[in-house]
Amino acid sequence: MFLRIVAASAALVLGSAAAIAQGAKPTDPQIAHIAYTAGQIDIGTAKLALQKSKNKDVRAFAQDMVRDHTAVNQKALALVKKLKVKPEDNPTSKSLSEQAKGTLASLKKLNGAAFDKAYADNEVEYHKTVNGALEGSLIPAASNPELKELLQTGLKIFQGHQQHAEQVAKSL
Amino acid sequence: MGAVALLLGALPAAAETIRVEMGDVGYKPADISAHVGDTVEWVNNDFLAHTATARNKEWDVMIQPKKTGRITLKRAGTIDYFCRFHPNMTGRISVAE
Ligand SMILES: [Cu+2]
Repeated sequence: MFLRIVAASAALVLGSAAAIAQGAKPTDPQIAHIAYTAGQIDIGTAKLALQKSKNKDVRAFAQDMVRDHTAVNQKALALVKKLKVKPEDNPTSKSLSEQAKGTLASLKKLNGAAFDKAYADNEVEYHKTVNGALEGSLIPAASNPELKELLQTGLKIFQGHQQHAEQVAKSL
Repeated sequence: MGAVALLLGALPAAAETIRVEMGDVGYKPADISAHVGDTVEWVNNDFLAHTATARNKEWDVMIQPKKTGRITLKRAGTIDYFCRFHPNMTGRISVAE
């Protein structure tokens, strides 16, 4: 039940990223902000997992998430600086952050195997949803070619994370 | 003279180093052919760490961004490998005697 709630609400929020793209196309400053926020959220969830989990595979996965999303976000920051684009907060970023608070609060209540399973399942759904938003709305909407390219690389990386998360979730 | 040629002919070909790039979350080229004794060297041109991990668990090399890693091929056969961090990265080495 819990898992379904977390996954469903993440899909709802990122679904709104798709909604933005279909209605008013998000601008590059908004896209940069959404992508950066999505990365920071996953780092936050991974840090909680590193505090709570004792499972070797879960911890290794969480470390991978911290390392990769930090690297991608550093790359994104360097790019927006170079392009003189100022990431702009927007309703999608805001609801993503709100949603993340809820996910963290729910995960904090769990321990042991229940936490590991919920974390891994959430990571599968979260990456699935982020990848869907990247593919379906953020990448097509990006107008700067370098931003588009970084988002495309990000998509490949996060598709890898999704597969990795699926393997971890299945092993639990 | 003839004896030297005979001797050289009997020796295996000199070991080679085959370079594979890690770039844009992929191995380039993804498929390579090699001989026993050759070295495979991965050059990570991405901004992320990757691994080259044999599916049969024979070897597992982690390579930081802008670094290289290598293994020496010890026996003939086909080795499938992947990145533990990004399992959508896959490669294959066909090793001949
Ligand atoms: Cu990788």
